[in-house]
Amino acid sequence: MTIRTPTPRGPVRSAPARSAPDALVVPPGEITTGHARGAPLRREGPAKLTGVAKYADDLVFPGAWYGGTVRSTEAHARLDAIELDPGFDWSGVVVVSAADIPGDNVVSLISDDQPVLVPVGGEIRHHAEPVALLAAPDRGMLREARQRLTLRTTPLPAVFDPLQSGEVFAHFDIRRGDVEAALAGAELVVEGIYRVGHQEQLYIENQAMIAVPRDDGGVAVHGSLQCPYYIHKALKRALLLDDRRARVVQTETGGGFGGKEEYPSMIALHAALLALKCKRPVRMIYERHEDIAATTKRHPAIVTYRSGVDREGHLIAQDIEVVMDGGAYTTLTPVVLSRGTLHAGGPYACENVRIRSRAVATNTPPNGAFRGFGAPQVEFAAEMQVNRIAEVLKVSPLELRRRWVYQRGDVTPTGQVLRESVAGEEVLLRATEAAEYERVRERTAGARARRGADGSGREGGDRTASGIGLALGWHGAGFTGSGEVHLASIASVELTADGRIAVLTASTEMGQGTKTIFPQLAAAELGVPVEDVDIAPQDTGIVPDSGPTVASRTAMVVGGLVIKACRRLREEVEARTGRPFAEAYRDDARDHGPTRVDQQFEPYPGVQFDDATYSGDAYPAFGWAACVAEVDVDLDTGEVAVRNVVAADDVGRVIHPVLAEGQVEGGTLQAIGYATIEEIKLEDGRYLNDRLATYLIPTALDAPRITSILVEAPFSGAPHGAKGVGELPMDVGAPAVVDAIHDATGVWIHDLPASPERILAALGATGPTSSSSAGRSRSDKDVEGAVDAAMDAPIEVGTDPLPTERTDAQPFRAPTDR
Amino acid sequence: MPIQPPVESPRDLGEAYALLAATHHRPIAGGTDVMVQITGEIGQLPDRLLDVWHLEGLRGITVSEGALTIGALTTYTAMRHSAPCREHAPALVEAAATIGAAQIQNRGTIGGNIANASPAGDTLPVLLAMDAEIVAGSLRGERIVAAADFWTGYRRTALAPDELVLRVRLPIAPDREVRFRKIGTRRAQAISKVVMALSWHLRDGRPEWRDVRVALGSVAERPIRVVATEALLEGAAPTAETAARAAEAVAGEIKPIDDVRSTADYRRAVTARVLQRMIREAGGW
Ligand SMILES: Cc1cc2nc3c(=O)[nH]c(=O)nc-3n(C[C@H](O)[C@H](O)[C@H](O)COP(=O)(O)OP(=O)(O)OC[C@H]3O[C@@H](n4cnc5c(N)ncnc54)[C@H](O)[C@@H]3O)c2cc1C
Repeated sequence: MTIRTPTPRGPVRSAPARSAPDALVVPPGEITTGHARGAPLRREGPAKLTGVAKYADDLVFPGAWYGGTVRSTEAHARLDAIELDPGFDWSGVVVVSAADIPGDNVVSLISDDQPVLVPVGGEIRHHAEPVALLAAPDRGMLREARQRLTLRTTPLPAVFDPLQSGEVFAHFDIRRGDVEAALAGAELVVEGIYRVGHQEQLYIENQAMIAVPRDDGGVAVHGSLQCPYYIHKALKRALLLDDRRARVVQTETGGGFGGKEEYPSMIALHAALLALKCKRPVRMIYERHEDIAATTKRHPAIVTYRSGVDREGHLIAQDIEVVMDGGAYTTLTPVVLSRGTLHAGGPYACENVRIRSRAVATNTPPNGAFRGFGAPQVEFAAEMQVNRIAEVLKVSPLELRRRWVYQRGDVTPTGQVLRESVAGEEVLLRATEAAEYERVRERTAGARARRGADGSGREGGDRTASGIGLALGWHGAGFTGSGEVHLASIASVELTADGRIAVLTASTEMGQGTKTIFPQLAAAELGVPVEDVDIAPQDTGIVPDSGPTVASRTAMVVGGLVIKACRRLREEVEARTGRPFAEAYRDDARDHGPTRVDQQFEPYPGVQFDDATYSGDAYPAFGWAACVAEVDVDLDTGEVAVRNVVAADDVGRVIHPVLAEGQVEGGTLQAIGYATIEEIKLEDGRYLNDRLATYLIPTALDAPRITSILVEAPFSGAPHGAKGVGELPMDVGAPAVVDAIHDATGVWIHDLPASPERILAALGATGPTSSSSAGRSRSDKDVEGAVDAAMDAPIEVGTDPLPTERTDAQPFRAPTDR
Repeated sequence: MPIQPPVESPRDLGEAYALLAATHHRPIAGGTDVMVQITGEIGQLPDRLLDVWHLEGLRGITVSEGALTIGALTTYTAMRHSAPCREHAPALVEAAATIGAAQIQNRGTIGGNIANASPAGDTLPVLLAMDAEIVAGSLRGERIVAAADFWTGYRRTALAPDELVLRVRLPIAPDREVRFRKIGTRRAQAISKVVMALSWHLRDGRPEWRDVRVALGSVAERPIRVVATEALLEGAAPTAETAARAAEAVAGEIKPIDDVRSTADYRRAVTARVLQRMIREAGGW
């Protein structure tokens, strides 16, 4: 169910220019219940539903060979030799090693540390690292050849524990106010250590790429991907190609979630190297096992948190340390860490903040982009802190958040003044009202009290405990800091000679709706039927570089460029014809021929970030999300069933209600998996559960009822006000579920996932277990620490010491009259 | 993709026996275990497959001579829809309903679950708890193996290489109660962390339990019965005290391991608690 609400707050300082998309959106306040309300059907939907959509593995390239990757079976070693069995006939297969790479042996991204293939004499830095490539006319021969190739290596000592690693990929240090002084003066200090593990994206379609040699000596790759121009750049660098001779074409893509942001560059390079050497198309379609074993995951993190609260219950200090495990190579780690650092405080105003973060190398497969991009890890910790503080203070977690949540005019740790589009309180209230949060909480508290204080239950009692939990989050919209300025994306719109409108961007469709919303935005801006708008194929030979399809930036940033391009196109045609565009464009196309407008990104007015000092406007705007989760916990087995979720997400402006709702539901379920069952287990740097039988995500039966409430607090920098929706729900699901588990059982689970093993251990039902012993002793200790601190504090138990409303007298409030 | 092993598809049991006697074949029924092993390159690739799917003699569910007999090729879906199964083996139907999802239940067979001999095979504790008899056959004839003697080690069975599982016989006992519980990572499509079946007989309307069976999966290298715990429950009534003692006994009797799905401690604790809960629910207190 979708309930769309306007923000009730006063008009934002610079309201977005009225724009035609307004005609497409649902009147504020209406309940749409999954109804498109005039928004078009998904462009790629019919082909997918009828099975005619062509994914990479469906494409036939006559004469193509099968490509395969020979991977390391050690976490850290020197590669001494690649040996080919002389008893095997190698004339029928093609072998590629690092020596065959014409250009730099580097997967070009942020840092030049990751080789396309480990060279002989070089260092294997993680399990399943690509070392050599094979291509053969059929799979049987490929398999046979793989068995006849041996890697000779010398083992090297490996590092698996990020806290033991001395190799730092990136670090940040953000300071505001005086944290130590504030903590020293605080009435209550709550400390916690939170650990979150890997998470696998688990797109339905495995990584897949087909490379086809070109007559001009270049190569075209067709595959499943998010960012055509990342691959384009990687091909040019390693294969010494110019813009034209490297071509990247997206095929229908069965999900990405960030997992097809950087890894496709690797597999495209592999396929291209093989194709160039055997002078024929080469298909590299991963099996699930290889995909899970080798490709990137969400970064594990250890977040250490100290929060200080003063006598009146104000949040006066946050001292946060974040350590992320980057795996063996840099990939996107510095950017993930940066987003994690910037979101670590959560959506709460605080005068004294210190956030120190570092991402380190371990001998595990590199971690990379995944929906949320560093924020889910830290926001889990931030929300755990708030919920635990609420418990110690005996204040409702809702009430505490209402007092602390950012309001317009507040200042973030980087000194960013939140001038507009601030809807934290709004989403909080909408979600908790719809979920009847306080009423349910009273009921669950009563049941818990009847069961006994330890939550373990009495003999003969009900062995299922229900709980409700709450989390609030924020997510910076678009690239971090000056990222968008550096990207300088271009989107184009063309009135074609045959009188149609073509939208040209490199923004990819992977099920989230790019191909549907761009025509919507263009049609609305130009006043033409949406059927008259075509989307050009995501082919670097055709479309300009509108940047990667990541960071929830497509609707906001690229959608904004599309609207601006349409606006210019309309003005040009109207100036030429003297008639409204909608009436004139067909005639104009006939008389004047095609007209194309290229629109480049222009910095959002007033948004400034200093990369050197890490200060200023970290994001042009933030999206805001609240999640209320209800769970049942089986007290005998620790099994958690998430029954009901109410999610309120502020996305700025809803372009397509059904698609936006789909993002909220999908993101929420992915967060529930992260919270409860998804866990990668490692042994000597190798993922043990690298198959679908052992890496489990929620099924439809595990999915709760999800109510999505879409809130609109528009961002004036985007012509349509949209801020993006893809990642928001991922940030808040896990802490809400873990809070609900606490509400049900009385125990805090500090580490994700809150697995039955951890829950039973925390309930004291099992001895320390390998996966939870550390978590348990830690949890107990710092809950005690928090309680001790509360006892020392002159806060009377049983009475609410907090002021009932925020007042301007609060010392940390920045002036709001801007 | 590996090379596909050659497949024979005999049309009757005699032909199948002859093929098995002549050279080693790996039977394939629904293929829901075999195909995963082949495409996942798990273990040795079989040299030859023997497709038993068309052997009608291995199908059918009958009630006769005081037993429910289920053909080896019976799928989970067939068991769920079968009135005799629901009447005489509701716990087996319950187990069948937890296996995989609809596709797997349409294709996966009880014979496959038995012969695959996974320690996590979900029907196997039920078969142990119900004193099932497994009927095996070869050119040499048919023989009966008690479920308690069938699984001999990690993925090992009492079957000879040339033998097929033909059917499974479940004695019908009107005074018997059977309970089943599976604990997996998620609510469907999950391999068990612990799976348990408990059965007992009530004689002459007395509250004491007789012929108690406690059978477990995923806590040892094969499906097992915990005989010391059974002995403790034999002749006892389902009181709070009995339940607590049984829970303690079973926790001491099993030696589960840490693996990719769960931990030894969790398995031990949950086994004890689920057994306690089953006894409490039976006792109605
Ligand atoms: C997605 C998925 C989910 C699953 N979920 C579960 C689950 O929840 N619980 C569970 O217990 N199992 C589960 N399984 C495993 C599998 O479905 C069951 O073990 C099933 O009963 C196997 O039956 P089958 O007919 O498919 O066996 P096959 O794969 O055909 O054979 C399995 C083994 O038994 C042998 N065999 C088969 N029939 C005979 C016979 N008549 N005589 C002698 N040997 C024979 C074969 O040689 C092989 O070794 C799952 C499998 C998949 C793929």
